[in-house]
Amino acid sequence: MRYSWKWSAVLTDPYFDWIISGLELTLLLSLISWAIALVLGCLIGIARTAETKWIRSLAAAYVECFRNVPLLVIFFLWYFVAPEILPRNAGLWVKRDLPFPEFWTSVVALSTYTAAMVAEQVRAGIEAIPRGQANAALASGLTRWQVYRYILLPVGLRIAVPALGNEFINIFKNSSLALSIGLLELTSRTRQISEYTYQPLEMFITASAVYFVIAMLTTAIMMAIERRSRLPGMITRATR
Amino acid sequence: MSGFDLGVIIRSLPLLLEGMGVSLLLTVLAIAGGLSLGAVLAVLRLSRLRAVRTFAATYVVLFRSLPLLLLIFWFYFLIPLFLGHPIAGFDAALIAFVLFEAAFFCEIIRSGIQSVRQGQIMAGLATGLPYGAVMRAIVLPQAFRNMVPVLLLQCINLFKSTSLVYVVGVRDFLTAAEIVGTRDHQLTELYVFAALVYFTLCFGGARLVKRLERRYAL
Repeated sequence: MRYSWKWSAVLTDPYFDWIISGLELTLLLSLISWAIALVLGCLIGIARTAETKWIRSLAAAYVECFRNVPLLVIFFLWYFVAPEILPRNAGLWVKRDLPFPEFWTSVVALSTYTAAMVAEQVRAGIEAIPRGQANAALASGLTRWQVYRYILLPVGLRIAVPALGNEFINIFKNSSLALSIGLLELTSRTRQISEYTYQPLEMFITASAVYFVIAMLTTAIMMAIERRSRLPGMITRATR
Repeated sequence: MSGFDLGVIIRSLPLLLEGMGVSLLLTVLAIAGGLSLGAVLAVLRLSRLRAVRTFAATYVVLFRSLPLLLLIFWFYFLIPLFLGHPIAGFDAALIAFVLFEAAFFCEIIRSGIQSVRQGQIMAGLATGLPYGAVMRAIVLPQAFRNMVPVLLLQCINLFKSTSLVYVVGVRDFLTAAEIVGTRDHQLTELYVFAALVYFTLCFGGARLVKRLERRYAL
């Protein structure tokens, strides 16, 4: 193998700035999407355990639609198809006036997809609680809202923490798909620089190291949260 | 948008089918390679030698922390440096898929084996069976039943991720849909159609796995 290493290429102007700006976009996209996905996913997950049948079915339909289509297709649907089938004025606004369309479309795609994953974990967490607890709470005179507020959510969400941690780590990796609609995030930037400089190995090693560090940091954060939120007397980490 | 035109899909069905053939071929080859490598890694992860265990664990952690897209680029650019000539996008993607999915298959197989209770292994050894026989007759049959549904779901996931190969110019199903859509100015129809096809296959597959799981659960 003949390859002339030139590590200085990573640090030269403007490539270093490009990597940093790519990293910024990756982090911003992932964190904003995660915040939205967490809220939306919790709501949908709770809806999946609702008493009313149509609410349950609607939430299940959402989850199945987003889980069974490749994430890349979801990106394309939001970017190319959604502006066409929106009402005329809204579609025109998206096409003409939406600032930074690649970024915000990526946020929508990534958060709607991750919300489905979060919803499944929240549902599983709530369903892991023996039914008797909710029944007992209802029998003691609590309203359904109070049952969720004081019994089901505090326990169910804590059971879901380890699985949610996996989704949190995944969202950084999944954010790389935003390059498909032209967002210059980390993966896209490294590919671009490797084409400019003909030094692909240095660039890909750098990007891989950055993703690795992100994964390690998020794992450490999630483990700390897991430790603090663990229910005494319960094995929260699934052993199977 | 002026109505939903089905004609374009029917007219370009041969091209779309060809793309689906590429997607399925990639899925099958990646499953075969990933499962083999994953099984080897799982055995290494359960080894008694610490160095071997650490090696396999490092492999899994490393490959699980990288985006698949980045790995595909890695091999698309790296292998030509070794070979001295460019390689097809399909081959680069296949290598990336095998190495990436092996890490996931390894974890599924390992947790399947570890789901069998320790006491059963001890009991087997206590009755005088050699370690190999305990594995073959007691641990693996149970482990296999536990892990098959998860393995199958991972295969469905793999099929979904094959759509990523478009970044190195492979003509899989999604790329074929895009080509037709761009050519005939009907991207909307083609992307919606592609989404429906993926949904039908993956949803149907997941349903089958669920039914299988209910029938064969321990």
